[in-house]
Order: sequence, then structure tokens, then C-alpha cells
Amino acid sequence: MLSRLAESLYWIGRYVERADDTARTVDAYVHRMVEDPFNDEDATCRSLLSILGVEVDSDGPLTRARMLQSIVYEPSNPNSIVGAIGAAYENARRSRDFISSEMWIALNKTRNRLPQMESTARRLGPSSYLEYVRERTALLAGLTDATLSRDDGWNFLVLGRTIERIDMTSRLLRGRVLGAEYAPDWLAFLRANGAMESFMRSTNELHDASSIAAFVVLDRLFPRSILFSLNLAGNCLDEVQPSEQRIASADLARQSLARARGRLDFMDASQLLEQLPELLEMLEMTCVEVNDAITTKFFRPEDVVPWSSEGGL
Amino acid sequence: MALIFEDDASGAWNEMFESPGRPRALYEPLFAALHRFGAEELSQRSEQLSHTFLDRGVTFAHSGEERPFPLDLMPRLLSAAEWDELSRGVGQRVRALEAFLDDVYTGGRIFDDGLIPKSVVTSSAHFVRAAHSIKTPNGVRIAVAGIDVVRDEQGRFRVLEDNVRIPSGVSYVIENRRAMTQTFSALFSDHRVHPVDSYPAHLLAALRRAAPARVLDPAVVVLSPGIYNAAYFEHVLLARMMGVELVEGRDLVCQSNRVYMRMTNGEQPVHVIYRRVDDEWLDPLQFRPDSVIGVPGLVNAVRAGNVAIANAIGNGVADDKLVYTYVPSFIRYYLGEEPVLDNIETYRLEDPGVLAEVLGSLDSYVLKPVDGSGGKGIVIGPQADEYSLEQVRAAIIAAPRNWIAQRPVALSTHPTLVDDQLSPRHIDLRPFAVNDGDEVWVLPGGLTRVALGAGELVVNSSRGGGSKDTWVLSDQTVTARLADPVHRRGLEPSVVARQNEEYLDEVAQQ
Repeated sequence: MLSRLAESLYWIGRYVERADDTARTVDAYVHRMVEDPFNDEDATCRSLLSILGVEVDSDGPLTRARMLQSIVYEPSNPNSIVGAIGAAYENARRSRDFISSEMWIALNKTRNRLPQMESTARRLGPSSYLEYVRERTALLAGLTDATLSRDDGWNFLVLGRTIERIDMTSRLLRGRVLGAEYAPDWLAFLRANGAMESFMRSTNELHDASSIAAFVVLDRLFPRSILFSLNLAGNCLDEVQPSEQRIASADLARQSLARARGRLDFMDASQLLEQLPELLEMLEMTCVEVNDAITTKFFRPEDVVPWSSEGGL
Repeated sequence: MALIFEDDASGAWNEMFESPGRPRALYEPLFAALHRFGAEELSQRSEQLSHTFLDRGVTFAHSGEERPFPLDLMPRLLSAAEWDELSRGVGQRVRALEAFLDDVYTGGRIFDDGLIPKSVVTSSAHFVRAAHSIKTPNGVRIAVAGIDVVRDEQGRFRVLEDNVRIPSGVSYVIENRRAMTQTFSALFSDHRVHPVDSYPAHLLAALRRAAPARVLDPAVVVLSPGIYNAAYFEHVLLARMMGVELVEGRDLVCQSNRVYMRMTNGEQPVHVIYRRVDDEWLDPLQFRPDSVIGVPGLVNAVRAGNVAIANAIGNGVADDKLVYTYVPSFIRYYLGEEPVLDNIETYRLEDPGVLAEVLGSLDSYVLKPVDGSGGKGIVIGPQADEYSLEQVRAAIIAAPRNWIAQRPVALSTHPTLVDDQLSPRHIDLRPFAVNDGDEVWVLPGGLTRVALGAGELVVNSSRGGGSKDTWVLSDQTVTARLADPVHRRGLEPSVVARQNEEYLDEVAQQ
């Protein structure tokens, strides 16, 4: 498929997942702030913003309203929900001939509706907005799976989705482990990941930090776990380059993914909590490496000579 | 709320009414159906239509703003007989223009025979010397044409202009029909309307046949300037419905006179390019060097016969409005036929006598720049103010070759929903023709454009015009189909058990 198209699909996958995960995270944190009478609003907001990779300006205490503004409603920030939906829409415009018209309409409708949802949310609180975003992104994910052929296009889109999911789950975990006094508790964390019931059914053990972290990181069957996502990303990458060569050529993306998969695959679950900070660091690096490697390999090969005219015409 | 048709005082041919309140026979079923609906329901459906367009992202960029393409829900009807005349006329015109373009770029027989001065062609802004002697693989230069047709005061169809470069608007024909069948399905049951959705299949077939010889399975692409182009939506729709790649200039690369597209699995050959980029931006090596939407080296690849582009380079000379005045003679000269559709009376201003006469009463002519498209630069004498008349006078005196004068034709009017009332508005029609080398196929209907302002005569969407779904009615009847046998659906065992029990109960009670 066209490199430019593949890149757009990959980013649709990433941005839609980003909007979804951000909505889940913000929802969990807002709950925590509302329910906990001793909560430090400023510190909680700062902790959340740093997890989501949003620059914090230091003057004045950070209020919930300002936090919501920057990571939910700020259109110029591609990490905010409205920004991620807008960026996904722009990529969909560029790949509109490839994605199904149902996907296009779902995304276009979502984007058109957000300003109205926002004005409602500013009066009644963010939860209806966040719920709407989660429903619409779920619809988009469903349409992706129900209406796209399992060709390279689908693989690139799902690759984007899984890389983003690994990245976001690691970030959330980091908030849980390192900013524990502000983060939602472990059960709320599970709920934010939609993992509550799956986790409960998976184990008879105590529902402690260690078993929850193990589930979210190492479970092989739960589709939002990190190991599951790593495996899926690996499959997608294998699909887009059916290499029949007996000796494979250098491939940074698969190498990086394989390293992370290997590490998690043979991990001792009881050691997980201890190693988690370093592990999360590694996972975040993996996402960056894979992203950069597929960009140079598939989307923007460096040997392309751009046309330019002499004399600065 | 009663349905009100505003009286038509324009003096133009009214498409729907013979005389006030008396619909033409063709429109009687529609007239009756509309009265069943009533005004309130019509406005509701009109609202629904624009929502459908917004959701689907069917928009037109107007002055930098994305707007839903305004579709009027009153359809325009054409009878089978009218369509027969129109499609024959359009096909004939396309065949004549094909012959003319081929002659211009490979021979020049027509100049030798003195039908049109060579200077008229070579002085056209869209005559492309670089296209000289380029032969297309299957001889087709006009794969797609949009011939604009209007109806004069007597109800006769006349050709307003030819568009054989990159005519746009066909996506709105397809989308309009889809929206109309969704919101107004009841109307369709009273009429037998020719479908329009086979256009992409015809286009693809024609493009595949335009491929260089020896290519068994040609790779066809649609070349678009990119998302900021006003017709981007159309490029997407056509690529999607044909199932081919939509590419931009930067996706293509030329190597040793062959064209490739940059794919995730390396560079792949391209054989046919349906381009929606103007000639002058197409290849920075040949035309504008500052073009970043073109493909360097494309023209050489075309000349080498390794890639076909549709429509061909240099077609614009046939769109030139001064050349337009010669088209009826082309039809007689190349085809040996009489024109099915007449031109509008047009005056060539290079003749000093004609020029003096036109300049003497500018306000009784329509003045058009010969290379304009999208209604740009047109001055309608009877409606123009002093200032624009003086401006156009100066422009004409400076370059009479660049202008034509036409008799003002009151374009036919059609009832159009404006502020909950059906008011007469001027319309035209752009039928689309696809030439596959053997046959010129004309899409039944075409794009009916409507000028939304009262009395306005310029219908182009770039000037704020709207559109109507255009129905070509069939006079054929269909035979009823036999009912299909009923196949049982799979059911849960518990449901089956319950059904069985109910059945047994029933039997027991009998």
C-alpha cells in the first residue's frame, strides 16, 4: 500500500486509542479527586499531566478546570482528547479512499459533535463527555475490525492502536506506582482499564497490588494487557513484511518488540512490582523505538530524493 | 401548511409548469406527491438532507470554509425522449472534440482546410506545445467530459460550454442520489429513475482500456492535488468506488520514463493516471517549476508511452470559448453529421465589425473570458452596473481574442425550496460522458446546478450555487419477479423447543 496512506492509518490507530485511554484516565482521576476529601487538587493535577506528557506551567495552583482544559478540551494539543480526535480526523481525510465509509462517518460525526458535548460538559461536568468519547472510540474500533480487510492497512492501523495502548498503559502504571498518593487506587485503576471483571475471573488470589500489576502487564489473554498488546503488535509487523528470506535483514522495529516480549514472557510475576519502574522505562523506550523504526522503514524511507527547484523559485 | 409555488415571472422556460398551476405531464406524479407531503414536511426533510451531508462529510470548500453541498430536494426530471436527444448530442460533441484534439496535436488537417485559423488554436492559453505529437495508447484524449447544457426560452437544449480538461461534479450526482433515496424514498416509488451509481465502473473500465499496450493488469491511480483542493471529496469518492489508489504528486516518482508509486513494499509501477491536477501544475520539468503537487518527469513518461494520463495534456484548447464557436463546424467536418445540440448565439470579437457592434451595446450581451472556468469573470450585460461594464470594455479592447459575447439566454427555471416556499430559480445541466475508445457513454442525468438567488444566472458552486438530483425517467416497464423461497434461520435450542411445544399445543387443541 501507499506509504503515505500507511502512515495515516497508523496514526488514526494511535490517536483514536489516545482519545480513548485519555478519557479513561481522566475519568479515574476525576473520581479520585471528587471522592477523596483529603485530596490535594494541585498535586493530583500535576501528577496526571506529567503522566500524559503535557507541559505544566508553574505559576499558580493547578485546578481541576485548568487540568481538564489542557488535556480534554484544548484543540491545539494533540495529546488532549479533542486534539487527538481532530488529528485522527485529519488523517482520516487523507486516507478517506481507504477506510470504510462507515468509519469515516463515525469519526466525522464524532468530531462534529464534540463542541456541543463540550458546552454541555462545561455545565454538567466532564463525565458525559468522557463517556461519549469512550463510546465513539469503541464504535470506531469495532468498525475497524468489522469493515476493514485484514490487509496491510488494517495491520498498520492496529499496530498504531497497540503501540499507543502499550505506551498509555505504561504511563498509567507509572502514575500508579510513582505518584501513588494522587493516583486512583488499584481497583479504580483496573476499572479505568476496563479490566475489572476479567481480572476478578482470572484469579482466586488476593486482589493486591502485585496481582493486579501482574494482570495488567503480563496476562496473555486480556486484550488491554501490555504483553497481549506486544504480541499483537509483533503479529501485525510480521504480517506487513512476509519475509521469505532464510536470513532476515536488520529490522529495528521487530528487534525492539521481540526484546520487550522476551523480557515480559519469562518474567517472574512475584518480582514484577519491584522491577516495575525500570520495566516501564524500558517499555516507553520500546514504543519510541518501534515508532521511529517503522516510520523510516515504511512511511518515509530516507532514500527518497525530494523535488526542489534551483535558485529558490 | 399548504405548499406554495411562487409564480414564475422570469419569462424563461419553466421546467415544471406549462402555465401557472398547471404542471407538465412529466411532472404530474411529482406534483401530486409533493402536495401529499405539504410544506412543513418538505422543510423537515430538507433539514435532514443537509444533516446527512454534514455527517458524511460531503462538503464544498467555499472561500476557505467547508460547507455542506446544498442539495435542493426538488428533483429535476428529464423524459426518456429528452434524454435520448441530450445523450446523443453530448456523445456527438465528445466524438467531434476528440477528432479535433487529435488533429490539432498530430496533424493540422483542419487548418489546411481552412475551417478554423491556426492562430485561434495557437493563441489559446491552454494550447500546450509540449503535447505535440503525443499519441495516447488507445487514441482517447477525453476519457471524461462534462458538457454544460442549458434550455433556452423555447425549451430547446443548447450547449453552453465544453469541459474536457478535468470536469468535476460527478461525485455530487452520486451523493445527491444517495441522500435523496435515503430521505425521500417515497418519491422514488412513483417514478422509474435511471440509477447513477455505475459511473465509477464505467470510468474504471475506460481508464483500464487507456493503459499502454502489453500491460495486462494495469495499475490505475487517481492523482489529486491533496486535501486542500476544493474537489478533494470527489477525488476520494472516485478512488474509493473504483477501488484504486488515491495518490498525490509526492507519492509518485519517475525513473527512466516510467512512473512508480511509493508503497510500503517498495516502488510499484503505475500505468494509468486519472489526474485531477491542471496541466500547468502536472510536471515541474515541463510546466511551472514551482509546482510541488506535480510529478517531475511525468510528461516524458507519457511521451515514451509507458504511462497514460486521462484526460490528455493540452485538452484545454477545446475548452477555449472562442474554439467553442467552431464546434458545430467540427461536427460536420469530422463526423459528417448535423449537430444534435446547438450552441448559444456567440460573437467572435476579433472581427472589427462585430467588435464595434458589441462594444456599441455592451449591456445587451453576456461577456465571457475565453479561458475562464467556474463562472469566473463573466459579465452579464443586462444585469451589470456601469463600473463592471467599463472594466470589461477596457479588457475587451485590450485583448479581443480573450473574450466572446453571447446573446443573454434566460436559463430555464425550476421550482426550488427557498424559505419554505417553492420559487423559480435558474438551472443548467452538466451531463458527464465517459469515452472508452469504442463508445461514449453518458451518465443518465448529470449535475443540475441551480442559482439560489432570485434572478441569478450563474449557477457554479464556486459562486454559491446549489444542485438538484436529476432524474432521467424510463419509459420501460419491468416484469414482476417471483418471490424467493423462504430459508429458515438458525435458532437457539431453547427457542426451538418452545416453538415445538407451542406447535404441539396448537395441534392438541384442534
